[in-house]
Amino acid sequence: MNTGGIKAKHQRLVLVLVALAALLGAGLLAVWGLRSQASYFYLPAEMAANPPETGRAVRLGGMVEAGSIKTAADGVTIRFMVGDGKARVPVIFRGIVPDLFKESSGVVAEGRIGPDGTFVADNLLAKHDERYVPREMKDMTEQQARAAVVETQ
Amino acid sequence: MIAELGLAALWLAAALAVLQLVAGSLALSGKAQGLGGVVRPVAMVQGGLALLSFAALIVLFCQTDLSVKLVALNSHSAKPLIYKLAGTWGNHEGSMLLWVTVMGLAGGFVALVERRLPEATMLATLAGQAFVSIGFYAFLLMSSNPFERLPQPAIEGQGLNPLLQDIGLAFHPPTLYLGYVGLSVAFSFAIGALITREVGPAFARAMRPWVMGAWIFLTIGITAGSYWAYYELGWGGWWFWDPVENASLMPWLAATALLHSASVLAARNALRAWTIMLGVVAFSMSMVGTFLVRSGILTSVHAFAVDPERGTFILALLAINIGAALLLFALRAATVTEGERFTVTSREGALVFNNVMLTGILGIVLVGTLYPLLAEAMGSKVSVGPPYFNPAGAIFAVPMLVVLAVGPLLRWRRDSFSRVRGQLLLPLLLALGLAAGVAFNRGIDLLPAIGLALAPALMLASLLPLRARSLMRTPLPIWGMVVAHFGMGVALFGMASDSAFSTERLVAVYVGDNVGVGPWQVRLDRIEPVAGPNWTALEAKMLASYDGGAAVEIDPQARNFWAPPQQTAESALLTRWNGQLYAVLGEQGEDGRWQLRLWWKPFVPMIWLGGLLIALGGVLALFGRVASDVRRVIARDKIAYRRQKQGR
Repeated sequence: MNTGGIKAKHQRLVLVLVALAALLGAGLLAVWGLRSQASYFYLPAEMAANPPETGRAVRLGGMVEAGSIKTAADGVTIRFMVGDGKARVPVIFRGIVPDLFKESSGVVAEGRIGPDGTFVADNLLAKHDERYVPREMKDMTEQQARAAVVETQ
Repeated sequence: MIAELGLAALWLAAALAVLQLVAGSLALSGKAQGLGGVVRPVAMVQGGLALLSFAALIVLFCQTDLSVKLVALNSHSAKPLIYKLAGTWGNHEGSMLLWVTVMGLAGGFVALVERRLPEATMLATLAGQAFVSIGFYAFLLMSSNPFERLPQPAIEGQGLNPLLQDIGLAFHPPTLYLGYVGLSVAFSFAIGALITREVGPAFARAMRPWVMGAWIFLTIGITAGSYWAYYELGWGGWWFWDPVENASLMPWLAATALLHSASVLAARNALRAWTIMLGVVAFSMSMVGTFLVRSGILTSVHAFAVDPERGTFILALLAINIGAALLLFALRAATVTEGERFTVTSREGALVFNNVMLTGILGIVLVGTLYPLLAEAMGSKVSVGPPYFNPAGAIFAVPMLVVLAVGPLLRWRRDSFSRVRGQLLLPLLLALGLAAGVAFNRGIDLLPAIGLALAPALMLASLLPLRARSLMRTPLPIWGMVVAHFGMGVALFGMASDSAFSTERLVAVYVGDNVGVGPWQVRLDRIEPVAGPNWTALEAKMLASYDGGAAVEIDPQARNFWAPPQQTAESALLTRWNGQLYAVLGEQGEDGRWQLRLWWKPFVPMIWLGGLLIALGGVLALFGRVASDVRRVIARDKIAYRRQKQGR
């Protein structure tokens, strides 16, 4: 540990180098961590066309299909379908659902795709109130609104 | 009338900030020496006017004056008075007004009391403070006027987000703002010292109490915010790496590093340029945090401004302030002469290590927070959460905590590890013993296991600086250090214990059923409707008994607010010395069963207890330093007075 051998006049340089090395290390670590750990956002159509690898944390956003919410016998596990008009993904969630989670309404599910193709959600984000909407959901409903207008014309 | 008064005060304060900048700059450049005298009084009056303006807004909210647009949009006549008050800063415009008020008051307070620095440095500091303030005044007056009137008074207000209607949260934003904006003083001191090239122990001693004060508020604000998220969101977690949480953590990390480097500069006249840099970085992180939170670029309960123009304005302010400061630093840093030297194994060496590690964590958090924004600009939507932050942060945090146990025992300038080895034997054995114990328990993940082994050793080692000292005569700043470091150990233990030992039960039960969670037996006794001032709720009366002991009632609620209409789950907590029982009431299923979510969280309150101890350590150190400064000033005045008398 004793670096008294380094002549004192280099001390400032050594300090700067140590700090730079640490920051560089932090930067590299961050880049590596982000590549492997960032969770990507998928629409059902994207998930159907190009599914993420099993077990990787991702988020799925779409509309909860009407009539699709089924509660399991334990009373706390629910299954439902999330769709975007082009594809539909089955989702399973164990927990207390957010207050504004309901059928024919938007949802963002955080979780991972299971081996059988069911999306296992750890957490559901529903529209919270008029002024608090998950960001992806806001875009999504605008897209859907536009799509709906096109369909009715 | 009150609204117009508030607006007028705000305009006047902004004008005075301009005067403060111009007079300070002219006096500094030597063109108008006489103007130097007005800078201090102007700074004080500016702070007073900003406060007056903020007080006007508070009055408007308390009266629920619905002819003011901001009040109509964010308040409601049926809201309890305390939340009408809190509504003042529970919105974009009000919170920005609070920001400039704190900034003005901080500048005014510096002008009033700070007499240690050379007058030129003070002028540069106050001019720097004014420069930053002007940007925020312009932002308020041009794009976020809090006093705007409606053409027709509204019939009723739209109410405050129910999640924010909580007593803890009412005082969370002002606390954090005192921290964020208090760091602007450190920023201005750094700018002032760079301009006049007066970087030395006197500068560090002048800056330190301000950084300490801001840091105390940040610590309390973060601790309170974490506890709020824990019981209000009903998810059982206490830290989510939400960008908003990161926005408060980043200035804290920078301020913690700054505190430690400033103590090296004050005691040993070393780390000069680095301390200046941290002063700039700390407030820059406050502004980055504000930009992230207030620009509407993130969606959360904190994002009030969805107007893209405002986001652009804050971004421009950010670029100007940080850019100017970094440019000044680049131009002047080389002329800041090198400080005193030291060896690696010395107090300075340990503090440099602490600084580098804290900066590393800061980098990790900053990159993780900004990455989703950059990715979105590139067209992919990404979120970054615990799987990234926890391990990447721990790589820096764990070595830092190990050195934290050793550093305070080392002497300044030059020491050897063999001198302190004996003292550290006991904590080391404790850590190894715990590590062995934890290793046998296979259910525990690596990070909590490290935390469990390290935390008690850290608590023990943090007390070692008191050894061989008379406890009565130990200076307060030493007590402060010991208490804060002990608090780190306490908080770490709570975090690790929560991760390692929490048990959760998620069930659907009929009224009358029993549920076991950890050592608890919980019975759902009955469900009752209850009503509050602006909500109605279903309340579960549950009887919880620990290990067969007497039953205690806990009542989680599912609340329905009607202005604005929204439901929230009010969790119920039962605290024992060794942990907390946490209960959330869910929905009733079609078969009549109620969803319940229960956690038993051993030692979890130690997280916030540790946070409060850390803040208390800061308070002790601040009090000790200020008291000794005051004593010194009094002694000097006495000597001067005596000399004067003898001279006569």
